[in-house]
Amino acid sequence: MRVTVRLFARLRDLAGAGELVREVPDAATVQTVWTALTSEMPSLAQYEGSMSVAVNAEYARMAVALHDGDEVAFLPPVSGG
Amino acid sequence: MPRVSVTAAPLELDTLIRELTTGARGDGAVATFTGLVRAQNQGRQVQFLEYEAYDALAVRALERIVTEAEAQWPGTRLGLHHRTGRLDIGDASIIIVAVSPHRPAGFAACRYAIERVKQIVPIWKREYFDGGDVWLEGATADPDDESARQAAYKTACA
Repeated sequence: MRVTVRLFARLRDLAGAGELVREVPDAATVQTVWTALTSEMPSLAQYEGSMSVAVNAEYARMAVALHDGDEVAFLPPVSGG
Repeated sequence: MPRVSVTAAPLELDTLIRELTTGARGDGAVATFTGLVRAQNQGRQVQFLEYEAYDALAVRALERIVTEAEAQWPGTRLGLHHRTGRLDIGDASIIIVAVSPHRPAGFAACRYAIERVKQIVPIWKREYFDGGDVWLEGATADPDDESARQAAYKTACA
């Protein structure tokens, strides 16, 4: 199945793109996508302990199962206001 | 005008106040907070800021803050608008309006809202300063972190 990956702020800069499309196994979770991304782009891994994740624009956890067409977002610590 | 928004357009405090006070039921207080782009940050001379948002989730997070505050201070109505894009020194990056029966709830709800924005709303600022630029990073966003919510509440009521 296919998912859209959204990256923001410094994660976007590190990846060189804010939106990527990736083919993942049917049983993929958010963790599966993150693991594949960080092996592709090791510099992203520094955010492992500080980022948040979202699926289809709702906050989610790494263990959440994904479905075809889902949008998975990886979010650095926020700094709004 | 929506109660919450994430927008590249200049923020309009008067319009948001009017939105929240239209049909006011004898409320006694309007408290507001406006956040401005500072000229100095951590010893750096700021040139301008560039705000980026995950719009769809940021709107939901702002709506969550409204729900939390209105449950915490019954009778209060809250509105929050956050700006994105390039902002120069002195520009308003966020406006918060709380309309309430009495002033303590209004002030507290405003303070609570800005603390929660800094905790859970997926918006980031990149600071361009004399000598370089840097993404600012604050809190790891976790709306379900009850200790963070309690900290915001305590700050609001201090």
